[in-house]
Amino acid sequence: MTRLAVPDRTRALARREHRVARVLGLLALVVAWEAVTRTGWVPALFLPSPLGVLAAGAEMLGTGELAVHLATSLRRIVLGFGLGALGGVSVGVAVGVFSLAEAIGNPLIAATFPIPKIALLPLLILWLGIGEASKVAVIMLGVFFPMAINTYTGVRQADPLLIRAAVSFGAGRWSVIRKVMLPSALPMIFAGLKLGAGTSLLLLVAAEMIAANSGIGFLILNAQNLMETTKLMVGIVLLSLLGLASHWLLVRLERVALPWRAQA
Amino acid sequence: MRVLVDDVSKVYADRGGHPVEALAGVTFTVEAEELVAVVGPSGCGKSTLLNMVAGLLPPSAGSIAFEGALPPGRPPTAMVFQEFALFPWRTVQANVELGLEETGGPAGERHAVARRFIDLTGLGGFERKYPHQLSGGMRQRVGIARALAVDPAVLLMDEPFSALDAQTRQLMQEELLAIWERTRKTILYVTHNIHEAVWMADRVVVLSRRPGRVLDIVPIELKRPRMEAMAAEPAFLQAVERIWALIKSQAREALQEGAA
Ligand SMILES: Nc1ncnc2c1ncn2[C@@H]1O[C@H](COP(=O)(O)OP(=O)(O)OP(=O)(O)O)[C@@H](O)[C@H]1O
Ligand SMILES: [Mg+2]
Repeated sequence: MTRLAVPDRTRALARREHRVARVLGLLALVVAWEAVTRTGWVPALFLPSPLGVLAAGAEMLGTGELAVHLATSLRRIVLGFGLGALGGVSVGVAVGVFSLAEAIGNPLIAATFPIPKIALLPLLILWLGIGEASKVAVIMLGVFFPMAINTYTGVRQADPLLIRAAVSFGAGRWSVIRKVMLPSALPMIFAGLKLGAGTSLLLLVAAEMIAANSGIGFLILNAQNLMETTKLMVGIVLLSLLGLASHWLLVRLERVALPWRAQA
Repeated sequence: MRVLVDDVSKVYADRGGHPVEALAGVTFTVEAEELVAVVGPSGCGKSTLLNMVAGLLPPSAGSIAFEGALPPGRPPTAMVFQEFALFPWRTVQANVELGLEETGGPAGERHAVARRFIDLTGLGGFERKYPHQLSGGMRQRVGIARALAVDPAVLLMDEPFSALDAQTRQLMQEELLAIWERTRKTILYVTHNIHEAVWMADRVVVLSRRPGRVLDIVPIELKRPRMEAMAAEPAFLQAVERIWALIKSQAREALQEGAA
């Protein structure tokens, strides 16, 4: 008799973590960058070395310059992102639940969503002044739309069977929203938050380059004007770190908020 | 409480807007504290009927009413759904507490009541698991525990034991009958299983294939409490035979219609 062991036929689909590859890829980029600057082919004015950037960053940290810009940018982004997300979720739920809100809100959102939000900055400056409010407002608008649209989609995807089950056990409208629609929409809400985090970084830098005298966007533009390329790179690396940190934070938060989705 | 189903019809609209007649002129009564089973071929409108009694779906014609005083602090109906309808984001414990939350008792009491029915349905030790971590039969028992926990005046059960193995099913049937005798509720019970219907019910409503009409209402003349040995009594066998004959003719018609 021949014996044939049953193979695991789903193996080709398995997705491994490849922890080493993750680190190696990043490391290779930095090493290649350092190597190129060492050869002297590219003048440091165009491409400063990673070690130089690191040193400049440490120095800026020492003088407190970095902290000032970072704190300013963080305040703007946290305020804008928070307000935008809150508004987006509220409007998304309202439009998803109430047919009247849907009738009014849907065409409004469809008409205003495609406007690139940075185009509104001049108008916002006119209305709110050159100070913090206009920058926070443009970030808020940029986050509001993906949040509203994702929340709306998530709420609409709620399983009618679960809605009926909740109603059959005595749930009223608010209970249904709280116990069925919001939890159903949570995965979409988190997808929206991740999208919004990217958008808000983009809008932050754009707004700070157009009209600001502090913040990371200002730091980058100002460094370019003064031909301080190393400082410019510090700003860019800082943005990359900010993006990484916000994504990491959101992924963490998602795990806590959606324990039923965590595998096994 | 009595349940009065009076000349109820239900017409769905399918995607193209064409009418689909699910139930046609169904009339029967469930007396207070009576256990009535509903049997009928797949697609004849049993789930539709239960949903209408639960107030989750309006009848197209006819009326459904309850008669009798609602005991204070108890909801009129609770439903065990054919598709379980568990909340994926709630643990077993929280799923069972769902209905208790709406009646607004203290959290500690809610917890204790839920625990009692979790243990009763053999789910002890799984309180903190999520539905996707359970087997099909376990999920079904969560749905049963959830409905029993609110102690409704009328209990609606849509094939509540369909996913259980034969032994567990037998135990759950006995448990349900014991609860019924203790808590004196009215039960409307949908099943595919004729033996189960006869063994549990006071009367069995037999529905025709779609659109469902009442073919017959068969009274079951067996004493209570029901014992396993009763399955050999003539009254049991005759009732099964009578219902089986009705259903078989329906199935044959359906096959012939399909072939024509
Ligand atoms: N939402 C709906 N829209 C259109 N048709 C429907 C809808 N729900 C049910 N139907 C139709 O109504 C009929 C009765 O459905 P129902 O689910 O009540 O049957 P059932 O007796 O519970 O069947 P089963 O024993 O398979 O559970 C079926 O033919 C089905 O196709
Ligand atoms: Mg059904």
